[in-house]
Amino acid sequence: MEEKLTLFKNRKRFGIEKNIDIIFKNTALVLSSFVAIILLGIILVVFFQSFESFSRYGLKFLVTSEWNPVKDEYGAFTAIYGTLVTSFLSLLITIPLGVGTAIFITEDFVPKVFREIIGSFVELLAAIPSVVLGLWAIFVMEPFFRAFFVFLHNFFGWIPLFSTEPTGRNSLLAILILVVMLLPIVTSIARDSLNQVPKKLRNAAYGIGASRWKTIFSVILPAALSGIMAGVLLALGRAMGETMAVTMIIGNSNAFSWSLLSSGYTISSMLANQFGEADGSQVSSLFYAAFVLMILSLVVNIFAQWLVKKFSLKY
Amino acid sequence: MNSLYYQKRLSRNIGDKFFTSLSVICALIAILPLIFLVTYILIKGGSQITPELFTLEPNPPGDDLDAGGINPALIGTLIITTVASIIAIPVGVGGGIYLAEYSKGGAFSRFIRFGVNVLAGVPSIIAGVFIYALIVSTKILFGSMYSGLAGGMALSILMLPTVIKTTDEGLKLVPNELRYASLGVGASMYTTILKVTLPSAFRSIATGVVLGIARAAGETAPLIFTALFSYYYITGFGDLFYEMGSLAVLIYNFALEPYDAQNKLAWAASFILVLSILSVNIFSRILAAFTEKTKRV
Repeated sequence: MEEKLTLFKNRKRFGIEKNIDIIFKNTALVLSSFVAIILLGIILVVFFQSFESFSRYGLKFLVTSEWNPVKDEYGAFTAIYGTLVTSFLSLLITIPLGVGTAIFITEDFVPKVFREIIGSFVELLAAIPSVVLGLWAIFVMEPFFRAFFVFLHNFFGWIPLFSTEPTGRNSLLAILILVVMLLPIVTSIARDSLNQVPKKLRNAAYGIGASRWKTIFSVILPAALSGIMAGVLLALGRAMGETMAVTMIIGNSNAFSWSLLSSGYTISSMLANQFGEADGSQVSSLFYAAFVLMILSLVVNIFAQWLVKKFSLKY
Repeated sequence: MNSLYYQKRLSRNIGDKFFTSLSVICALIAILPLIFLVTYILIKGGSQITPELFTLEPNPPGDDLDAGGINPALIGTLIITTVASIIAIPVGVGGGIYLAEYSKGGAFSRFIRFGVNVLAGVPSIIAGVFIYALIVSTKILFGSMYSGLAGGMALSILMLPTVIKTTDEGLKLVPNELRYASLGVGASMYTTILKVTLPSAFRSIATGVVLGIARAAGETAPLIFTALFSYYYITGFGDLFYEMGSLAVLIYNFALEPYDAQNKLAWAASFILVLSILSVNIFSRILAAFTEKTKRV
């Protein structure tokens, strides 16, 4: 008995195995902290690179729109305006379309097989690279909408948004290609949140005599709202950071115009266009613009996460 | 009188009909352009496919007669994505293991999970800007500026959140009984992870990782000023340190060329890119659906 107990007490792992275990755990710990390191690294590097431009122009950079490498004058208002306008307007179009499609997929208007096919098709589209969408926008969408833009200008030219003669690539096309890009995101997230609404709620509403759409508007949508909102915010972040398709179709001009029918700029398309060839203080100004873009998308993303965390456990 | 029967004229029924048709219209407006887009890319791009495409170098724009092929870009995409995977998969899987297996939901792991989500939302061009500042402009990689290696690093930043997330979530789905059983027979923690939990989560992790790779392969923004572009064949290992072409950047550059021959090359490259990305997606979807079915039985 005595002997057995000591045997039991001495039952330890070999030193090597113990050490490997510790090493393994710490390696995993270090690897997981890489995320934080990279994230902080990005913020710090972009901030410090933009410091020269920041100290020179300060916040004036955000509201002036002269971008002149020859005179060494930089202001990113055109690009910031373009980023905000394209992303918000594209969302404005995407939200009703995407949520409407999501409702169509989650309700039983058509047999389940069709709905599942449509659903997975929409999700597949999120996988198409944006550069390919840009190519499509240049060669298919632009000619297709040309006549429509002329019509818009002729009849609604008195509205500042349509006040310029449409000539090829412009901001409105960028908005439309963003809609194509955001639709899969908004639709699939809205579908997921609609699906997560408990069946009980729907049955309760039907039980007290609510019609289908009364149920959707007063029960299902409010219950799914936080999820949908988070999806919308994620899409907004995506829209602001989207580079390739927008760069290829927006026309890339730094001349400021209120009109959507004139060519414009977004921060990311400015970066894509100028970064390769920039030197001197232009680089610093581009980093400043990149910093602004990053702050914008960080704020949107963090807000989206906060929203998810705050409201996700309601049901 | 007939209040038990469905009455068409009732305002609530008319309203219902109206909204139903509205949502059908929404779905149609959303789906039709998307169907059109995919078929257009496949038909227009597919018609440009020739055997020479895969073997030739692209000719510099201006030569309007013959655009050549996309061989360097094709190989370049494979190399850059491989570099990105070599960096992102070990780091991501390791980080995911820590989050799922070791962390106890404390402040650190919550911060890392939050960071993963934030990093996933960082615009892809910012990853390019970051690598430009860190690697390209400092010439830290043995004096080379634009290089395939730098491009791979930029892509790995975009892949990392996906890999961590799928590893974390895949491991969390492994039932705790398996862990208890393994630890109970005296296995150490790392043996348990490497021999029990990781293998049983392998398929879901692999699916996520493959999807992440497919997404990275189509990314352009991080590459345009890290890997740049090259017209020449990739001949050896040393080419990693020089400008390297990729399908995505080829599409971007050649779409903006005024010449028809280059545009056609861009369509062909899109076809190859979209087809491979879509087939990877469809395949992993089928695989996931299949495993789900077998699990339930």
